[in-house]
Amino acid sequence: MQRNNLRKWSLLLGAVAIVALPMPSWAQLTKYDLESRMGVESHVGNITGHAKAAKADYRRYCVVCHGELGDGNGESFPWIDPKPRDFQLGVFKCRSTPTGTLPTDQDLFDTLARGLDRSNMPQWSTFTKQQRADLVAWVKHFSPRWTNEKPGTPITIPPEPEVTPERIKAGRDVFARVQCWKCHGVLGQANGPSAATLTDDLGRPIAAYNFTEGARPKCGDTDRDIYRIFMTGLDGTPMPSFADNIKPDEAWDLVFYLRTLMSQNSKEKAMAKQLGLKPVDPNAPAGQQ
Amino acid sequence: MSKRYNFAAVLSAVVLICCGALILNQNVNAAGEGKITGTVKLDGPAPHMKGIDMGKDPYCAKAHANDPAHLETYVVGADGGLANVVVYISEGLSGSAAAESSATEPVFDQKNCMYTPHVLGLTVEQKFKVTTSDQTTHNIHPLPNPMTGNIPWNQSQPPGAAPVEKSWKAPEMIPVQCNIHPWMHGWFAVVKGPHATSDTKGTYTISNVPAGNYTVTAWQEAAGTQTQKVTVAAGGAGSANFTFKPK
Repeated sequence: MQRNNLRKWSLLLGAVAIVALPMPSWAQLTKYDLESRMGVESHVGNITGHAKAAKADYRRYCVVCHGELGDGNGESFPWIDPKPRDFQLGVFKCRSTPTGTLPTDQDLFDTLARGLDRSNMPQWSTFTKQQRADLVAWVKHFSPRWTNEKPGTPITIPPEPEVTPERIKAGRDVFARVQCWKCHGVLGQANGPSAATLTDDLGRPIAAYNFTEGARPKCGDTDRDIYRIFMTGLDGTPMPSFADNIKPDEAWDLVFYLRTLMSQNSKEKAMAKQLGLKPVDPNAPAGQQ
Repeated sequence: MSKRYNFAAVLSAVVLICCGALILNQNVNAAGEGKITGTVKLDGPAPHMKGIDMGKDPYCAKAHANDPAHLETYVVGADGGLANVVVYISEGLSGSAAAESSATEPVFDQKNCMYTPHVLGLTVEQKFKVTTSDQTTHNIHPLPNPMTGNIPWNQSQPPGAAPVEKSWKAPEMIPVQCNIHPWMHGWFAVVKGPHATSDTKGTYTISNVPAGNYTVTAWQEAAGTQTQKVTVAAGGAGSANFTFKPK
């Protein structure tokens, strides 16, 4: 018994002594660094993805844009816009997790299948689930963030309430209060006063989402996807997280109002028409719409 | 077998006790606190700072109706004193003094569509608050290099929003911007150990400096960095004056 305790303590003390050593600083990763990170895994449902297994698929399908070192500097880099993601930075748009945190494996898995609308990233729905899980592990092996941090805790999305005219009106108030129109425009046409000067985290020009031209939102087009987009923000872009300033119930109201701006027919759109809902007034003082 | 574990236990304990002793010893040294003071000046006439057209947002434009806003790349006082220069100890601090993070919680405010202060000096892991005094929505969007260990984030602050509380993991000069108001540009200057930011007279005082020989670095967002050697006696004051040339 005593021996066992001693053993436990010695292991614990040893671990503490090792952790207390200074951490090396990060630099741009080289081929050699990446070689040592081949053991990275992903877990999606009951599937386990292995980075090593995705090597061939990555070389065949992904390397031309994302580059051999995963830094987004592939052969096609100069010719495409939006630019391919730099996986070494570990910063991703489509997450279920709060701004400033890593996405979950499931988030990356979903992005692969969904593709990113209005970019060169296609829908990789032709891959098997195992292939996708392997590629997720491969994407993760490019960034040391996955060694040093855990993915964020996914935000909680309450069940979707029923759409009512009151909720659509309340959603319009949220749209006015948090000033979505500053970039997206009062009609959602991506022509707000700040739309023209938007840049991404690397200083490259970027467009706000235009609700009216029928394109799918970048990170999915279900109601839950839209809810998630403004409550987590799209990291790496000017789109911030509104999680601290929109309550879960209000968030659903906003989703319903955003539907009225979209070109697709929806019951929200019909209700707004019946209500005779006018666009918000950008010149009205705060709280007086 | 058991002998080996005994040895491991004793060795680990010795390592930890040594570390502890080292840290405690340094804290004792830190008690005789001195300071480093000086003035930062700009060589030559102050560069012209472009005016900012805030016409995009009537709230911002109105706030500056009688007091036009200018870029703050160089903020120069009457006698050529250069403000917003962060002065910190870059070499010579003992491990514990460098690791100490300040307990105060400074505020980075968004006021009249500008950042106040323009440069906020912080230690690693020091908590700070981002607040808004404006009746217009801002998004607070720092842009650190994720390879340093600092992770970029982006949060909105509509009128009346609660403060955002954050800290940084690694030393880095982090630019911060508002995408809604593209002229809004500031800095989180994250350093290790005691530091100070110069005022409009160009003066600064770094307090809580233990006695020792140091290299002191002054950082200005556009003009770059300069270093000097400074010696601080126990409870005494060292001095370092800097002169920057505008770039």
